[in-house]
Amino acid sequence: MSLLKIDNVWKSYGDVQILERLKLTVNEGEFVSMVGASGCGKTTLLKMILGSETATRGQILLNDQPISPEPNEARGIVFQKYSVFPHLTVLQNVMIADEFSASPFLGRCFGQQKRKIKDKAMSFIEAVGLGHATGKYPHQLSGGMQQRLAIAQALMKSPKILLLDEPFGALDPGIRKDMHQLIRKVWKENKLTIFMVTHDIQEGFELGSRLWVFDKVRHDPQAPTAYGAQITYDLPLTTEKQQVTGQTIAEKYVKKVVNL
Amino acid sequence: MKKLMNIEPSRSLKGFLALVPFVLILMLYWTASNERLAENPYDKLLPSFTQISDAVDRMAFTEDKRSGEYLFWQDTGASLYRICIGIGISAAVGLLFGMLSGLLPVFRSGFSPLITIVSLIPPMAILPILFITFGLGELAKVMLIIIGTAPVIIRDIQSHVRQLPSEILIKAQTLGASTWLVAIRVVLPQIMPRLVSAMRLSLGTAWLFLIAAEAIAAQEGLGYRIFLVRRYMSMDVILPYVMWITALAFAMDFSLRKFSELCFPWYHQQEAGK
Repeated sequence: MSLLKIDNVWKSYGDVQILERLKLTVNEGEFVSMVGASGCGKTTLLKMILGSETATRGQILLNDQPISPEPNEARGIVFQKYSVFPHLTVLQNVMIADEFSASPFLGRCFGQQKRKIKDKAMSFIEAVGLGHATGKYPHQLSGGMQQRLAIAQALMKSPKILLLDEPFGALDPGIRKDMHQLIRKVWKENKLTIFMVTHDIQEGFELGSRLWVFDKVRHDPQAPTAYGAQITYDLPLTTEKQQVTGQTIAEKYVKKVVNL
Repeated sequence: MKKLMNIEPSRSLKGFLALVPFVLILMLYWTASNERLAENPYDKLLPSFTQISDAVDRMAFTEDKRSGEYLFWQDTGASLYRICIGIGISAAVGLLFGMLSGLLPVFRSGFSPLITIVSLIPPMAILPILFITFGLGELAKVMLIIIGTAPVIIRDIQSHVRQLPSEILIKAQTLGASTWLVAIRVVLPQIMPRLVSAMRLSLGTAWLFLIAAEAIAAQEGLGYRIFLVRRYMSMDVILPYVMWITALAFAMDFSLRKFSELCFPWYHQQEAGK
Protein backbone atom coordinates (compact mmCIF):
# COMPACT_ATOMS: atom_id res chain seq x y z
CA MET A 1 0.00 0.00 0.00
CA SER A 2 1.26 3.43 -0.79
CA LEU A 3 2.02 5.73 2.11
CA LEU A 4 1.72 9.05 0.34
CA LYS A 5 -0.27 9.83 -2.76
CA ILE A 6 0.07 13.11 -4.64
CA ASP A 7 -3.13 13.30 -6.62
CA ASN A 8 -3.00 15.77 -9.51
CA VAL A 9 -1.60 18.63 -7.44
CA TRP A 10 -1.30 22.16 -8.85
CA LYS A 11 0.11 25.11 -6.99
CA SER A 12 0.10 28.77 -7.92
CA TYR A 13 0.67 32.07 -6.15
CA GLY A 14 -1.69 34.49 -7.85
CA ASP A 15 -0.77 34.52 -11.53
CA VAL A 16 2.48 32.68 -10.97
CA GLN A 17 2.08 28.97 -11.64
CA ILE A 18 4.65 27.02 -9.62
CA LEU A 19 3.76 23.37 -9.98
CA GLU A 20 1.34 21.53 -12.24
CA ARG A 21 -0.04 18.02 -12.77
CA LEU A 22 1.88 16.22 -10.07
CA LYS A 23 0.72 12.60 -9.89
CA LEU A 24 2.96 10.46 -7.74
CA THR A 25 2.79 7.72 -5.16
CA VAL A 26 5.42 6.98 -2.57
CA ASN A 27 5.72 3.74 -0.60
CA GLU A 28 6.76 3.37 2.97
CA GLY A 29 10.54 3.33 3.42
CA GLU A 30 11.45 5.21 0.25
CA PHE A 31 14.05 7.96 0.24
CA VAL A 32 13.03 10.54 -2.34
CA SER A 33 15.59 13.12 -3.42
CA MET A 34 14.20 16.18 -5.19
CA VAL A 35 16.45 18.18 -7.49
CA GLY A 36 15.89 20.99 -9.96
CA ALA A 37 16.78 24.58 -10.73
CA SER A 38 16.18 27.21 -8.03
CA GLY A 39 12.63 28.47 -7.94
CA CYS A 40 11.20 25.41 -9.67
CA GLY A 41 8.96 24.47 -6.79
CA LYS A 42 10.70 21.59 -5.03
CA THR A 43 10.58 23.36 -1.68
CA THR A 44 6.95 24.29 -2.36
CA LEU A 45 6.09 20.61 -2.78
CA LEU A 46 7.96 19.83 0.43
CA LYS A 47 5.99 22.52 2.23
CA MET A 48 2.73 21.07 0.91
CA ILE A 49 3.68 17.65 2.27
CA LEU A 50 4.62 19.37 5.54
CA GLY A 51 1.29 21.18 5.66
CA SER A 52 2.57 24.76 5.88
CA GLU A 53 1.32 25.33 2.29
CA THR A 54 -1.83 23.97 0.69
CA ALA A 55 -2.33 22.84 -2.89
CA THR A 56 -4.31 25.14 -5.19
CA ARG A 57 -5.83 22.14 -6.94
CA GLY A 58 -5.71 18.44 -6.23
CA GLN A 59 -4.79 16.88 -2.92
CA ILE A 60 -2.14 14.96 -1.07
CA LEU A 61 -3.21 11.76 0.69
CA LEU A 62 -1.39 10.19 3.61
CA ASN A 63 -2.57 6.60 4.14
CA ASP A 64 -5.54 7.40 1.87
CA GLN A 65 -6.62 10.30 4.12
CA PRO A 66 -6.21 13.93 3.03
CA ILE A 67 -3.07 15.19 4.69
CA SER A 68 -3.51 17.59 7.63
CA PRO A 69 -3.34 21.21 6.40
CA GLU A 70 -1.06 22.27 9.25
CA PRO A 71 2.23 20.86 10.54
CA ASN A 72 1.84 18.02 13.04
CA GLU A 73 3.66 15.11 14.62
CA ALA A 74 3.18 12.80 11.62
CA ARG A 75 5.79 14.69 9.63
CA GLY A 76 9.18 15.70 11.00
CA ILE A 77 11.23 18.46 9.42
CA VAL A 78 14.85 19.59 9.30
CA PHE A 79 15.37 22.99 7.70
CA GLN A 80 18.63 24.38 6.38
CA LYS A 81 18.81 26.64 9.43
CA TYR A 82 16.73 27.82 12.41
CA SER A 83 15.68 24.23 13.09
CA VAL A 84 16.55 24.21 16.77
CA PHE A 85 15.44 26.35 19.71
CA PRO A 86 18.18 28.87 20.58
CA HIS A 87 17.08 29.26 24.21
CA LEU A 88 17.42 25.57 25.13
CA THR A 89 20.45 23.35 25.60
CA VAL A 90 21.01 20.29 23.41
CA LEU A 91 19.34 18.00 25.93
CA GLN A 92 16.41 20.38 26.51
CA ASN A 93 15.98 20.80 22.76
CA VAL A 94 15.44 17.07 22.34
CA MET A 95 13.46 16.55 25.54
CA ILE A 96 10.97 19.29 24.69
CA ALA A 97 9.49 17.09 21.96
CA ASP A 98 8.12 14.60 24.48
CA GLU A 99 7.41 17.19 27.12
CA PHE A 100 4.92 18.80 24.72
CA SER A 101 2.83 15.64 24.53
CA ALA A 102 3.33 14.56 28.15
CA SER A 103 2.30 17.88 29.69
CA PRO A 104 -0.25 19.76 27.58
CA PHE A 105 -0.60 22.62 30.06
CA LEU A 106 2.89 23.38 31.39
CA GLY A 107 4.98 21.76 28.67
CA ARG A 108 7.36 20.63 31.42
CA CYS A 109 7.77 17.34 33.23
CA PHE A 110 9.11 16.44 36.65
CA GLY A 111 10.42 13.45 38.57
CA GLN A 112 10.01 9.96 37.17
CA GLN A 113 8.42 11.12 33.91
CA LYS A 114 11.24 13.58 33.32
CA ARG A 115 13.88 10.89 33.88
CA LYS A 116 12.16 8.62 31.37
CA ILE A 117 12.07 11.37 28.72
CA LYS A 118 15.68 12.22 29.49
CA ASP A 119 16.79 8.63 28.91
CA LYS A 120 14.95 8.48 25.60
CA ALA A 121 16.37 11.86 24.55
CA MET A 122 19.88 10.76 25.52
CA SER A 123 19.64 7.66 23.32
CA PHE A 124 18.79 9.80 20.28
CA ILE A 125 21.46 12.35 21.16
CA GLU A 126 24.02 9.52 21.34
CA ALA A 127 22.73 8.13 18.05
CA VAL A 128 23.48 11.39 16.23
CA GLY A 129 26.85 11.71 17.97
CA LEU A 130 26.18 14.67 20.28
CA GLY A 131 26.67 12.82 23.57
CA HIS A 132 29.55 15.11 24.55
CA ALA A 133 27.59 18.35 24.08
CA THR A 134 24.32 17.86 25.97
CA GLY A 135 24.71 21.01 28.06
CA LYS A 136 25.61 23.36 25.22
CA TYR A 137 23.38 25.97 23.61
CA PRO A 138 22.88 25.85 19.82
CA HIS A 139 24.98 28.97 19.18
CA GLN A 140 27.93 27.12 20.73
CA LEU A 141 27.60 24.30 18.17
CA SER A 142 28.96 24.17 14.63
CA GLY A 143 26.56 24.08 11.68
CA GLY A 144 26.89 20.30 11.33
CA MET A 145 26.24 19.71 15.01
CA GLN A 146 23.14 21.93 14.88
CA GLN A 147 21.78 19.80 12.04
CA ARG A 148 22.53 16.63 14.02
CA LEU A 149 20.57 18.12 16.88
CA ALA A 150 17.66 18.97 14.58
CA ILE A 151 17.60 15.36 13.36
CA ALA A 152 17.62 13.97 16.91
CA GLN A 153 14.74 16.31 17.76
CA ALA A 154 12.68 15.14 14.80
CA LEU A 155 13.31 11.47 15.62
CA MET A 156 11.82 11.82 19.11
CA LYS A 157 8.29 11.81 17.71
CA SER A 158 9.04 8.79 15.44
CA PRO A 159 7.34 10.49 12.48
CA LYS A 160 6.21 8.44 9.48
CA ILE A 161 7.69 10.98 7.15
CA LEU A 162 10.88 12.99 7.60
CA LEU A 163 11.27 16.07 5.43
CA LEU A 164 14.69 17.57 4.78
CA ASP A 165 14.88 21.03 3.20
CA GLU A 166 18.44 21.37 1.91
CA PRO A 167 19.65 20.11 5.26
CA PHE A 168 23.33 20.03 4.35
CA GLY A 169 23.42 23.04 2.03
CA ALA A 170 25.34 25.24 4.46
CA LEU A 171 27.90 22.63 5.55
CA ASP A 172 31.52 21.99 4.55
CA PRO A 173 32.09 19.09 2.11
CA GLY A 174 33.84 16.91 4.71
CA ILE A 175 31.12 17.34 7.29
CA ARG A 176 28.53 16.77 4.61
CA LYS A 177 29.95 13.25 4.03
CA ASP A 178 29.56 12.44 7.73
CA MET A 179 26.02 13.73 7.68
CA HIS A 180 25.21 11.52 4.68
CA GLN A 181 26.30 8.49 6.67
CA LEU A 182 24.25 9.62 9.62
CA ILE A 183 21.08 10.23 7.65
CA ARG A 184 21.41 6.85 5.90
CA LYS A 185 21.79 5.13 9.27
CA VAL A 186 18.82 7.01 10.69
CA TRP A 187 16.72 6.16 7.64
CA LYS A 188 17.44 2.40 7.89
CA GLU A 189 17.17 2.11 11.66
CA ASN A 190 13.95 4.06 12.07
CA LYS A 191 12.23 2.78 8.90
CA LEU A 192 11.50 6.34 7.80
CA THR A 193 10.13 7.65 4.57
CA ILE A 194 12.31 10.60 3.67
CA PHE A 195 11.81 13.49 1.25
CA MET A 196 14.92 15.58 0.71
CA VAL A 197 15.25 18.78 -1.31
CA THR A 198 18.81 19.35 -2.46
CA HIS A 199 20.78 21.55 -4.82
CA ASP A 200 23.54 18.99 -5.03
CA ILE A 201 22.53 16.42 -7.64
CA GLN A 202 25.37 14.10 -6.57
CA GLU A 203 24.00 14.13 -3.05
CA GLY A 204 20.59 13.23 -4.44
CA PHE A 205 22.03 10.17 -6.16
CA GLU A 206 24.12 9.01 -3.23
CA LEU A 207 21.38 9.17 -0.65
CA GLY A 208 18.08 8.58 -2.40
CA SER A 209 16.33 5.38 -3.35
CA ARG A 210 14.38 7.47 -5.81
CA LEU A 211 15.10 10.74 -7.58
CA TRP A 212 12.62 13.35 -8.75
CA VAL A 213 13.81 15.93 -11.24
CA PHE A 214 11.74 19.13 -11.46
CA ASP A 215 11.58 21.10 -14.69
CA LYS A 216 9.20 23.13 -16.79
CA VAL A 217 7.80 21.18 -19.72
CA ARG A 218 5.72 23.95 -21.21
CA HIS A 219 7.13 27.38 -21.90
CA ASP A 220 5.47 30.59 -23.02
CA PRO A 221 8.19 33.11 -23.89
CA GLN A 222 5.70 35.98 -23.54
CA ALA A 223 4.57 34.86 -20.09
CA PRO A 224 7.30 32.96 -18.31
CA THR A 225 5.18 32.44 -15.22
CA ALA A 226 2.14 31.01 -16.99
CA TYR A 227 3.22 27.38 -16.68
CA GLY A 228 4.58 25.54 -13.68
CA ALA A 229 7.18 22.85 -13.28
CA GLN A 230 6.46 19.16 -13.42
CA ILE A 231 8.46 16.14 -12.43
CA THR A 232 10.25 15.30 -15.67
CA TYR A 233 12.17 12.29 -14.40
CA ASP A 234 11.15 9.87 -11.68
CA LEU A 235 14.14 7.54 -11.38
CA PRO A 236 14.37 4.53 -9.10
CA LEU A 237 17.88 4.19 -7.72
CA THR A 238 17.77 0.90 -5.90
CA THR A 239 20.01 -1.19 -8.15
CA GLU A 240 23.48 -0.52 -9.49
CA LYS A 241 22.22 -0.49 -13.07
CA GLN A 242 19.53 2.07 -12.33
CA GLN A 243 22.13 4.23 -10.64
CA VAL A 244 24.25 4.23 -13.79
CA THR A 245 21.41 5.01 -16.17
CA GLY A 246 20.21 7.64 -13.78
CA GLN A 247 23.63 9.25 -13.64
CA THR A 248 23.79 9.57 -17.46
CA ILE A 249 20.39 11.17 -17.68
CA ALA A 250 21.19 13.42 -14.78
CA GLU A 251 24.50 14.56 -16.18
CA LYS A 252 22.88 15.60 -19.42
CA TYR A 253 20.13 17.26 -17.45
CA VAL A 254 22.49 19.09 -15.14
CA LYS A 255 24.29 20.68 -18.07
CA LYS A 256 21.03 21.76 -19.60
CA VAL A 257 19.06 23.10 -16.68
CA VAL A 258 20.93 23.56 -13.46
CA ASN A 259 24.06 25.01 -15.08
CA LEU A 260 26.28 23.91 -12.24
CA MET B 1 50.53 55.86 10.87
CA LYS B 2 47.13 54.13 10.91
CA LYS B 3 44.05 55.80 9.56
CA LEU B 4 42.11 57.67 12.25
CA MET B 5 39.12 55.31 11.91
CA ASN B 6 41.33 52.33 12.79
CA ILE B 7 42.87 53.70 15.96
CA GLU B 8 41.50 51.98 19.08
CA PRO B 9 42.27 53.71 22.40
CA SER B 10 43.79 51.51 25.13
CA ARG B 11 41.76 50.63 28.22
CA SER B 12 43.25 53.30 30.43
CA LEU B 13 43.01 55.95 27.73
CA LYS B 14 39.36 55.04 27.24
CA GLY B 15 38.69 55.53 30.93
CA PHE B 16 40.51 58.86 30.92
CA LEU B 17 38.63 60.08 27.82
CA ALA B 18 35.32 59.13 29.42
CA LEU B 19 36.11 61.24 32.51
CA VAL B 20 37.36 64.32 30.67
CA PRO B 21 33.94 65.81 29.68
CA PHE B 22 32.59 65.42 33.22
CA VAL B 23 35.62 67.13 34.75
CA LEU B 24 35.42 69.91 32.17
CA ILE B 25 31.75 70.56 32.89
CA LEU B 26 32.38 70.64 36.65
CA MET B 27 35.26 73.07 36.25
CA LEU B 28 33.27 75.29 33.95
CA TYR B 29 30.41 75.38 36.44
CA TRP B 30 32.76 76.08 39.33
CA THR B 31 34.41 79.07 37.62
CA ALA B 32 31.11 80.51 36.44
CA SER B 33 29.52 80.08 39.86
CA ASN B 34 32.50 81.71 41.61
CA GLU B 35 32.39 84.68 39.30
CA ARG B 36 28.68 85.29 39.77
CA LEU B 37 28.89 84.87 43.56
CA ALA B 38 31.85 87.28 43.76
CA GLU B 39 29.71 89.91 42.09
CA ASN B 40 26.57 89.17 44.12
CA PRO B 41 26.76 86.82 47.16
CA TYR B 42 22.95 86.37 47.08
CA ASP B 43 22.89 85.12 43.49
CA LYS B 44 20.69 82.02 43.22
CA LEU B 45 21.34 80.93 39.66
CA LEU B 46 24.65 79.09 40.05
CA PRO B 47 25.01 78.09 43.73
CA SER B 48 28.42 77.07 45.01
CA PHE B 49 29.21 73.47 45.93
CA THR B 50 28.96 74.36 49.63
CA GLN B 51 25.47 75.78 49.13
CA ILE B 52 24.46 72.65 47.26
CA SER B 53 25.79 70.31 49.94
CA ASP B 54 24.00 72.42 52.60
CA ALA B 55 20.79 72.00 50.65
CA VAL B 56 21.31 68.22 50.36
CA ASP B 57 21.95 68.06 54.09
CA ARG B 58 18.79 70.05 54.76
CA MET B 59 16.61 67.93 52.45
CA ALA B 60 18.01 64.47 53.06
CA PHE B 61 19.53 64.33 56.52
CA THR B 62 17.47 66.79 58.58
CA GLU B 63 13.88 66.27 59.63
CA ASP B 64 11.44 68.64 58.01
CA LYS B 65 10.27 71.11 60.64
CA ARG B 66 6.66 70.97 59.56
CA SER B 67 6.08 67.25 58.85
CA GLY B 68 8.98 65.60 60.71
CA GLU B 69 9.86 63.59 57.60
CA TYR B 70 13.08 63.42 55.60
CA LEU B 71 11.73 65.06 52.45
CA PHE B 72 14.38 63.81 50.04
CA TRP B 73 13.80 60.15 50.90
CA GLN B 74 10.05 60.60 51.03
CA ASP B 75 10.13 62.08 47.52
CA THR B 76 12.41 59.31 46.29
CA GLY B 77 10.19 56.60 47.71
CA ALA B 78 7.04 58.11 46.21
CA SER B 79 8.56 58.54 42.77
CA LEU B 80 10.18 55.10 42.68
CA TYR B 81 6.93 53.49 43.75
CA ARG B 82 5.03 55.21 40.93
CA ILE B 83 7.57 54.49 38.23
CA CYS B 84 8.07 50.85 39.22
CA ILE B 85 4.34 50.13 39.30
CA GLY B 86 3.86 51.99 36.03
CA ILE B 87 6.70 50.30 34.14
CA GLY B 88 5.83 46.91 35.66
CA ILE B 89 2.21 47.07 34.54
CA SER B 90 3.31 48.37 31.13
CA ALA B 91 5.67 45.43 30.71
CA ALA B 92 3.01 42.90 31.72
CA VAL B 93 0.42 44.45 29.40
CA GLY B 94 2.99 44.77 26.62
CA LEU B 95 4.04 41.15 26.94
CA LEU B 96 0.49 39.81 26.98
CA PHE B 97 -0.92 41.84 24.11
CA GLY B 98 2.32 41.86 22.12
CA MET B 99 2.49 38.08 22.21
CA LEU B 100 -1.21 37.65 21.44
CA SER B 101 -1.07 39.90 18.42
CA GLY B 102 2.33 38.66 17.27
CA LEU B 103 1.35 35.02 17.40
CA LEU B 104 -2.35 34.98 16.47
CA PRO B 105 -3.29 36.48 13.07
CA VAL B 106 -6.96 36.66 14.09
CA PHE B 107 -6.14 38.74 17.16
CA ARG B 108 -3.67 40.87 15.22
CA SER B 109 -6.24 41.79 12.55
CA GLY B 110 -8.55 43.29 15.15
CA PHE B 111 -5.96 44.74 17.47
CA SER B 112 -3.03 46.00 15.45
CA PRO B 113 -4.70 49.00 13.72
CA LEU B 114 -6.13 50.13 17.07
CA ILE B 115 -2.79 50.06 18.86
CA THR B 116 -1.10 51.85 15.97
CA ILE B 117 -3.57 54.72 16.33
CA VAL B 118 -3.53 54.70 20.14
CA SER B 119 0.25 54.88 20.23
CA LEU B 120 0.08 58.10 18.23
CA ILE B 121 -2.04 59.93 20.83
CA PRO B 122 0.26 62.28 22.75
CA PRO B 123 -0.15 61.09 26.37
CA MET B 124 0.31 64.61 27.75
CA ALA B 125 -2.71 65.74 25.76
CA ILE B 126 -4.96 63.31 27.61
CA LEU B 127 -3.45 64.03 31.04
CA PRO B 128 -6.43 66.28 31.91
CA ILE B 129 -8.76 63.40 31.04
CA LEU B 130 -6.80 61.15 33.38
CA PHE B 131 -7.01 63.66 36.21
CA ILE B 132 -10.74 64.07 35.63
CA THR B 133 -11.43 60.33 35.51
CA PHE B 134 -8.95 58.97 38.02
CA GLY B 135 -8.76 61.94 40.36
CA LEU B 136 -5.55 63.52 41.58
CA GLY B 137 -4.31 60.44 43.47
CA GLU B 138 -1.64 57.88 42.62
CA LEU B 139 -3.76 56.16 39.97
CA ALA B 140 -3.73 59.05 37.51
CA LYS B 141 0.08 59.33 37.64
CA VAL B 142 0.61 55.61 37.21
CA MET B 143 -1.93 55.57 34.38
CA LEU B 144 -0.03 58.32 32.57
CA ILE B 145 3.15 56.25 32.69
CA ILE B 146 1.28 53.18 31.44
CA ILE B 147 -0.43 55.06 28.62
CA GLY B 148 2.88 56.61 27.64
CA THR B 149 4.92 53.42 27.56
CA ALA B 150 2.63 50.39 27.06
CA PRO B 151 1.74 50.97 23.38
CA VAL B 152 5.41 51.20 22.47
CA ILE B 153 6.21 47.99 24.35
CA ILE B 154 3.22 46.20 22.77
CA ARG B 155 4.33 47.15 19.28
CA ASP B 156 7.92 46.24 20.02
CA ILE B 157 7.04 42.79 21.37
CA GLN B 158 4.60 42.19 18.53
CA SER B 159 7.24 42.90 15.92
CA HIS B 160 9.82 40.75 17.71
CA VAL B 161 7.40 37.82 17.87
CA ARG B 162 6.75 38.19 14.16
CA GLN B 163 10.48 38.31 13.46
CA LEU B 164 11.05 34.91 15.03
CA PRO B 165 11.95 32.60 12.14
CA SER B 166 8.82 30.75 10.95
CA GLU B 167 10.98 27.61 10.85
CA ILE B 168 11.11 27.60 14.66
CA LEU B 169 7.33 27.79 14.97
CA ILE B 170 6.78 25.08 12.35
CA LYS B 171 9.38 22.86 13.98
CA ALA B 172 7.61 23.15 17.32
CA GLN B 173 4.35 22.10 15.69
CA THR B 174 5.96 19.03 14.11
CA LEU B 175 7.10 18.12 17.62
CA GLY B 176 3.48 18.13 18.71
CA ALA B 177 3.10 21.54 20.35
CA SER B 178 -0.29 23.24 20.58
CA THR B 179 -0.67 27.02 20.15
CA TRP B 180 -0.50 27.39 23.94
CA LEU B 181 2.67 25.32 24.26
CA VAL B 182 4.33 27.18 21.37
CA ALA B 183 3.48 30.41 23.20
CA ILE B 184 4.82 29.48 26.64
CA ARG B 185 7.76 27.22 25.79
CA VAL B 186 9.02 28.57 22.46
CA VAL B 187 7.94 32.19 22.05
CA LEU B 188 7.84 33.45 25.66
CA PRO B 189 11.41 32.49 26.64
CA GLN B 190 12.77 33.90 23.41
CA ILE B 191 10.85 37.15 23.81
CA MET B 192 11.74 37.77 27.51
CA PRO B 193 15.19 39.30 26.85
CA ARG B 194 13.57 41.57 24.25
CA LEU B 195 10.96 42.61 26.80
CA VAL B 196 13.72 43.63 29.19
CA SER B 197 15.39 45.72 26.52
CA ALA B 198 12.03 47.28 25.58
CA MET B 199 11.60 48.21 29.26
CA ARG B 200 15.07 49.75 29.34
CA LEU B 201 14.25 51.85 26.30
CA SER B 202 10.95 53.08 27.74
CA LEU B 203 12.46 54.04 31.10
CA GLY B 204 13.33 57.49 29.77
CA THR B 205 9.77 58.06 28.61
CA ALA B 206 8.43 56.77 31.91
CA TRP B 207 10.50 59.30 33.90
CA LEU B 208 9.34 62.07 31.59
CA PHE B 209 5.68 61.31 32.21
CA LEU B 210 6.22 60.72 35.91
CA ILE B 211 7.81 64.12 36.44
CA ALA B 212 5.22 65.82 34.28
CA ALA B 213 2.39 64.28 36.28
CA GLU B 214 4.05 65.11 39.61
CA ALA B 215 4.67 68.67 38.51
CA ILE B 216 0.99 69.20 37.90
CA ALA B 217 -0.64 67.49 40.85
CA ALA B 218 1.12 65.78 43.75
CA GLN B 219 1.96 66.18 47.42
CA GLU B 220 5.33 64.47 47.24
CA GLY B 221 7.76 63.11 44.69
CA LEU B 222 10.99 64.15 43.04
CA GLY B 223 9.22 65.99 40.19
CA TYR B 224 6.86 67.68 42.62
CA ARG B 225 9.76 68.98 44.75
CA ILE B 226 11.66 70.38 41.78
CA PHE B 227 8.65 72.28 40.56
CA LEU B 228 7.80 73.42 44.08
CA VAL B 229 11.19 74.96 44.90
CA ARG B 230 11.37 76.53 41.43
CA ARG B 231 9.15 79.25 42.91
CA TYR B 232 12.01 80.31 45.17
CA MET B 233 14.63 79.78 42.44
CA SER B 234 16.28 77.19 44.69
CA MET B 235 18.86 75.94 42.25
CA ASP B 236 20.75 74.47 45.21
CA VAL B 237 17.90 71.94 45.61
CA ILE B 238 17.00 71.47 41.95
CA LEU B 239 20.52 70.56 40.83
CA PRO B 240 21.10 67.68 43.28
CA TYR B 241 17.56 66.42 42.63
CA VAL B 242 18.22 66.29 38.89
CA MET B 243 21.49 64.46 39.50
CA TRP B 244 19.73 62.04 41.82
CA ILE B 245 17.03 61.32 39.22
CA THR B 246 19.76 60.67 36.66
CA ALA B 247 21.51 58.31 39.08
CA LEU B 248 18.26 56.44 39.76
CA ALA B 249 17.53 56.11 36.04
CA PHE B 250 21.03 54.82 35.47
CA ALA B 251 20.74 52.31 38.33
CA MET B 252 17.43 50.98 37.00
CA ASP B 253 18.83 50.61 33.50
CA PHE B 254 21.98 48.94 34.80
CA SER B 255 20.12 46.45 36.98
CA LEU B 256 17.74 45.51 34.16
CA ARG B 257 20.73 44.85 31.92
CA LYS B 258 22.47 42.72 34.56
CA PHE B 259 19.21 40.85 35.24
CA SER B 260 18.88 40.06 31.54
CA GLU B 261 22.47 38.86 31.26
CA LEU B 262 22.02 36.67 34.30
CA CYS B 263 18.73 35.10 33.22
CA PHE B 264 19.21 34.84 29.46
CA PRO B 265 22.89 34.10 28.88
CA TRP B 266 22.16 32.36 25.56
CA TYR B 267 20.64 35.58 24.18
CA HIS B 268 23.51 37.85 25.06
CA GLN B 269 26.19 35.41 23.86
CA GLN B 270 24.28 35.04 20.61
CA GLU B 271 23.99 38.81 20.17
CA ALA B 272 27.67 39.29 20.97
CA GLY B 273 28.57 36.65 18.40
CA LYS B 274 26.72 38.46 15.61
